[in-house]
Amino acid sequence: MSAPAPTSVDLVRTTATAPAPTPAGPPPRIPRFLRRLPVRVLVAVLLVIEIYPLVWLVLGSFKTQNEFLTEPSWALPSRITFDNYVVAWTEGDVSSYIRNSLLATAPALAFIIVFGVAAGFALEVLVWRGRNKVLLAFLVGIMVPGQMILLPLFTAYFKVGLAGTLWPLIITYTAIGLPLTVFMMATYFRAVPREVFEAAALDGASVLRSFWTIGFPMVRNAVLTVALVQFFFIWNDLLIALTFITGRDLRTIQVGLLTFSGEFGQTAYGPLFAAICINVFGTLLLYLFLNQQVMKGLTAGSVKG
Amino acid sequence: MHSVLGDRKAIVILLGPALLVYSLVMLAPVLWSLGLTLFDGNALFGFDYVGFHNLATLAHDPQILSSLGFTVKYAVVITVGQVLLGYLLSLLYVFALRRASGIVRTLVFFPVVLPTVAVALMFQQMFAIAPRDGLVNELLHVFGVASVDWFGSPDTAFWVIVVMDVWRSMGFYAVLLYAGLVDIPEGILESARLDGANGWRLVRHIVLPLSLPVLLSAVIFSINGTLKVFDSVLALTGGGPGESTTPLTLYMFQTAFTYGDYGYGSTIALVLTMLSLGVTLLVFRSSRNDITEVER
Repeated sequence: MSAPAPTSVDLVRTTATAPAPTPAGPPPRIPRFLRRLPVRVLVAVLLVIEIYPLVWLVLGSFKTQNEFLTEPSWALPSRITFDNYVVAWTEGDVSSYIRNSLLATAPALAFIIVFGVAAGFALEVLVWRGRNKVLLAFLVGIMVPGQMILLPLFTAYFKVGLAGTLWPLIITYTAIGLPLTVFMMATYFRAVPREVFEAAALDGASVLRSFWTIGFPMVRNAVLTVALVQFFFIWNDLLIALTFITGRDLRTIQVGLLTFSGEFGQTAYGPLFAAICINVFGTLLLYLFLNQQVMKGLTAGSVKG
Repeated sequence: MHSVLGDRKAIVILLGPALLVYSLVMLAPVLWSLGLTLFDGNALFGFDYVGFHNLATLAHDPQILSSLGFTVKYAVVITVGQVLLGYLLSLLYVFALRRASGIVRTLVFFPVVLPTVAVALMFQQMFAIAPRDGLVNELLHVFGVASVDWFGSPDTAFWVIVVMDVWRSMGFYAVLLYAGLVDIPEGILESARLDGANGWRLVRHIVLPLSLPVLLSAVIFSINGTLKVFDSVLALTGGGPGESTTPLTLYMFQTAFTYGDYGYGSTIALVLTMLSLGVTLLVFRSSRNDITEVER
């Protein structure tokens, strides 16, 4: 988000109202502090509402079953122990859920980026008839609800013999991720001056060469942003994973967590809280380091709703 | 030069894979799904041609009305909630916190990235009543109110879903709308202040009209997304109590996979798609940003 450039309106208004008197000096100290108080209280309440549930979740993950049933839920755990995490990780199968999620997410992400960036380049930088129609065709895919493609795909994967593997997830995630990626990459390539590629062409670089050595490096930051957006969509997906994964051993973390409470008979709170925490911390950690890119990317991808 | 940038072989190599995957795994299934609405049966036991029987079933299926009603009610309430609160937050960022708003923006945004299933399970525990009270009921006790069985009645279950989704997404809409507010030229605000407009009057007469376009886009994005709600409802209430909080997406899923009726499942998916498509047309008509540029 860059600072807004002065627009024509801006210039007209400032000249019309020139010489703008500067605001009077800072108001006295104590009234200013009191004046800021409502805002501070408001912000504090806001942050408590947004953050406290997560703190509560983490505290819960350290509690014993007995503490859950006898103490109020806001009470602090009597001691910090990672027993619940161990139980969730091993007996609760969270380790295998996480592994499956990684095995499905990583290849899908790679396919989306490689195919999507190349397609964005072909649709925005290269010059050919019908490219706008193809871009529009991709755009339609952003709006199609997943439910509209589930049944044919389920039938197809079943017939081809891919059921029982992670491939249905990888293929479907790739296809669903492509429209938004192509759309966003085309937008980013639009910001690169055309002269760059024309000069490269004059110097005798082939299209593939100028894509690989000029185009791709120039949109590197955009690629990271798009990859983050797609990572969150794929990692947090429930619908696709729930549809195509029937066996217990291939469940992703979201599907696994959904059935987690059921298998423990709804009473093993500690391990459940620990499993939720494990699921949350991956994305939280990513957000901790890359929050600016994540915010930029997710809001840019808001067309997807 | 243009002949180089129009190299056919390069176009095929660069665009080919994406277009192939997209056509085979998105476009073809959409058409196939349309065809499925004319059949009865499923992948395991085969299909029978039934013509427009599935479409006729729509007309007198009470559950489709209830699911459609829930979907629309959810989309409208959530959209009003998250866009309104998001807008108020963005006003807070721009006019009250100003430069200091960065950290608050980042913190309020963060629930957006959390997995829906995790958030839903957390809210289930927060609103629990048995075998022990959750955080919310404990808070009610402080005010002398008895525990509420939040997931026991359709109305309270609906409001828990609303609270959860607005909690999750208001920070997202705040950042989206913040970008629009920051774009309002400082000069306009400054001259309005000089003319004596302050506080509420400044927002009402200057800021609100100027941020209408970005508000409109936010509303449309929000409706488009909320019509497809699935994860949060499934993980939080499972569609219950009864079928009272079952959106179209979940009804389609149950029809197809619990009852093995692919034909009627596809028909419900079609209803959902038509609904989204209507909103999509709105996107093209009224949003002024990148999307219309693509149409060129």
